[in-house]
Amino acid sequence: MASIGKIARRTFLIGTAAIVGGVAFGVYQVRKDAPNPLIAGDGEATLNPYILINQEGITIIAPRAEMGQGVHTTLAALVAEEMDVAWEDITVLHGPPAQAYYNQALLGLALPFRHYADTEFQHNLRKNVGMVGKLLNLQVTGGSTSTKDAYDRMRHAGASAREALKLAAANQLGVDADTLQTKNSAVIAPDGTTILYTSLAEAVREITPPDVELRDKSEWKYLGKSMPRTDMVAKSTGTASYAADTKLDGMKFATVRMSPKRQGMISYDDSIAKDMPGVEAIVDLGDGIGVVASNTWLAIQAAEAVDIEWEPSSYPETTEGLREAIVASLDNEPDSTIRDDGDVTAAIDGTEVTATYHVPFLAHSTMEPMNATALYTGEALEIWSGNQAPVIVRDKCAEVCGLEPEQVTVHTTMLGGGFGRRGEWDFSSHAARIAKDFPDTPIKMTWSREEDMRHDFYRPAATAQFRGVVANGTAQLLEGRVAAPSVTHISSMRLVGQIPPGPDRGHVEGAADQPYAIPNFRLTGHLTDIDVPLGFWRSVGNSFNGFFFDTFIDEMAHAAETDPLAFRLNMARAEHAPSAGVIEAVGEMSNWIGETPENIGRGIGFTYSFGTPTAEVVEVEDTGNGIRINKVWIACDVGTALDPSIIEAQMTSGAVYGLSAAMQGEVTFFDGEAEQYNFYDYDALRMHNTPAFEVRILETNPHMGGVGEPGTPPSMPALGNALFDLTGTRARELPLIKTFDLIL
Amino acid sequence: MPTSLTINGKAHDIDLPEDVPLLWVLRDDIGLTGTKFGCGVAACGACTVHIDGEAVRSCQVALADVWGEVTTIEGLGTPDNMAIIQQAWVDHQVAQCGYCQSGQIMNAAALLAETPAPTDQDIDDAMQGNLCRCGTYPRIRAAIKDAAQKLQEA
Repeated sequence: MASIGKIARRTFLIGTAAIVGGVAFGVYQVRKDAPNPLIAGDGEATLNPYILINQEGITIIAPRAEMGQGVHTTLAALVAEEMDVAWEDITVLHGPPAQAYYNQALLGLALPFRHYADTEFQHNLRKNVGMVGKLLNLQVTGGSTSTKDAYDRMRHAGASAREALKLAAANQLGVDADTLQTKNSAVIAPDGTTILYTSLAEAVREITPPDVELRDKSEWKYLGKSMPRTDMVAKSTGTASYAADTKLDGMKFATVRMSPKRQGMISYDDSIAKDMPGVEAIVDLGDGIGVVASNTWLAIQAAEAVDIEWEPSSYPETTEGLREAIVASLDNEPDSTIRDDGDVTAAIDGTEVTATYHVPFLAHSTMEPMNATALYTGEALEIWSGNQAPVIVRDKCAEVCGLEPEQVTVHTTMLGGGFGRRGEWDFSSHAARIAKDFPDTPIKMTWSREEDMRHDFYRPAATAQFRGVVANGTAQLLEGRVAAPSVTHISSMRLVGQIPPGPDRGHVEGAADQPYAIPNFRLTGHLTDIDVPLGFWRSVGNSFNGFFFDTFIDEMAHAAETDPLAFRLNMARAEHAPSAGVIEAVGEMSNWIGETPENIGRGIGFTYSFGTPTAEVVEVEDTGNGIRINKVWIACDVGTALDPSIIEAQMTSGAVYGLSAAMQGEVTFFDGEAEQYNFYDYDALRMHNTPAFEVRILETNPHMGGVGEPGTPPSMPALGNALFDLTGTRARELPLIKTFDLIL
Repeated sequence: MPTSLTINGKAHDIDLPEDVPLLWVLRDDIGLTGTKFGCGVAACGACTVHIDGEAVRSCQVALADVWGEVTTIEGLGTPDNMAIIQQAWVDHQVAQCGYCQSGQIMNAAALLAETPAPTDQDIDDAMQGNLCRCGTYPRIRAAIKDAAQKLQEA
């Protein structure tokens, strides 16, 4: 099988300095093609950054990380659809760090529009702003953008490769290329002569791939259908290779202990640890220690035996102190006022509703603890890392080893869960830092689960205050304030030492941008200036705003004495048809009649996020022995559904992730340290308490939406709203286990 | 003194301290990395293997305490010759990130060996020690039922 190490010619040098001053490259840099990072060896052809053909087969290079969301399968289908590759012939690999793989759809998410109401101009503007991602080498998997971003690019790659192969075959056969057909990874001549693509690998090298029109949707064979995932057999047989499974000759096993207070190390005593079995070295990392041993478990045992004194944290040391700071910032000048319709100061007749909500810090807790393997030779570094941002990993690892980025090779492996956590580089950098002390010895560095849980970049705790007025069964006014430390600012400071200009849209997404017609509607974002470790957690700002906003909508519906589904539907109808469509659909799917038997409760939740309006109905039951979730119905409108099975899986997955957090997810702090250690104190839904699911995918949305995240935000308010329906108690704080007797 | 183990029908002499958990013998010493490390405290099931056919959390079994023949996911079936239960996982397109699935499959295989026609309650009881952060449980349940039926027909 091909390996990316073999086919990556070199990586391209635009380091973090260029991220800061990137725009100086100007229009030319934006428009010209990024160089192809793949190199064709003897008898191989690479027609563009996405395709490599040799005698052994056809390899499709995925520019995005496969972390479970099925992106390898769908991106491969984009190429294969146009190229006429037989499905079973496809091998998919992660691309190396390269400008060619920049994500054009990501930056557009930051523009402060209501994205559901994009005009053509705004839609194009978001696309154009996205092209700046090319200057920034923004090879990032996130924001539910992968298929949207690749949709045209990778189909074009497949189409032009197909035509190039036809030209190569035409030369060989001495016929006109127009007379040739393509099917099942082969070119077919009118007389039935069949030439496999693999046997054209040599000849096609000389051909300049032409630009061609894309096929019409009506001709699709793979797209729009549920394809067997390209990673499914490997993942069902234990043969998929995650970073933790890297095997290299002479490899040593390592772990680290870094500060749980997220500051420096004052001193350490390794007198016991250094003589423990299997231990080869204790490495002073300055801000923590590394242990190198003959076995990972022995390394972890020794690391725990090191006595370390840490510097105190720079943020408030307790959960209470952190919440106090967040609540106080509600009175700060707003960072953003992205929604300001009508006049929220006007005196309006009706029933007033007010509420304050709180949500906690959350951990990503991927199944595979953070790890990476590094091999340093003095002149070069190779790193095996399951990551969502290979260019950042390359540049940060180069930095810690004193190398240039082009001296670093990044192998992106399968990711044992990402959810935003693997967009970070800390774990890759730890492996590189240890490896630097052991030239020519591969170092596999693995965190213990405890290290993983306590050194996350958390979803922030957040608080919101709302005031609303309802009259005649509808919302007349909604004024909301959302306060939290900023994920965008804290992550940007960590990455480039700067805060991006302009209002932080991510901070209010899921609230300020909801497609509801409310005559007087203002939503302001308020930032808490505390330096807590924060990161991008599945659905980011929507993960807290989805709960705040939709729960308040539910409270307004009840105050208006209107059916909660009808209340939302009326407001959506006037503003955004696809959103109204999913609310209607989920009502139909669940046979919503607004009434339930005594021991049953139902709630609806709706969030428009990442371009996909998603409505969910949750049904709960009081079993007499705790409350269980019976069923969840989900309706989403993705515009164009590329793979229904994967979309269904992602919607379900997103909801399970959200429901897990809403029920019981909470990271608390004491003495500046996260107090959760492992799955016994930070658990999630399991087989026995996961509900049944039913998913409907609509395709009326004019633009393609994402699927990895939109299932998460509405699941949380839908559950809270169902519990209110069941019990009459309104929980304004997560997790819900604090208020209700849920079956865990 | 080396410890002798039989893993997937093959004998191995292991030269590691006796308290090293089986999980880390398999992964770091033998190179059988299909068995995964998730938590180290028997809270997630990712490291599930069989000892004499019984599903155990290999992170909790010290090398010296391994009481019988060990079967890992690699011993259950291979990509070219999958076990019926693995084929059911493929047919139902269960895996997402896939990291927990070796443990899920090993646990489910042990369930089916003991309970050939499991009820939903049986599946809940047997599988709730296996965590999946991608939330693939509905498809796992469907795959187990399908495998149960195919095993009975076989």
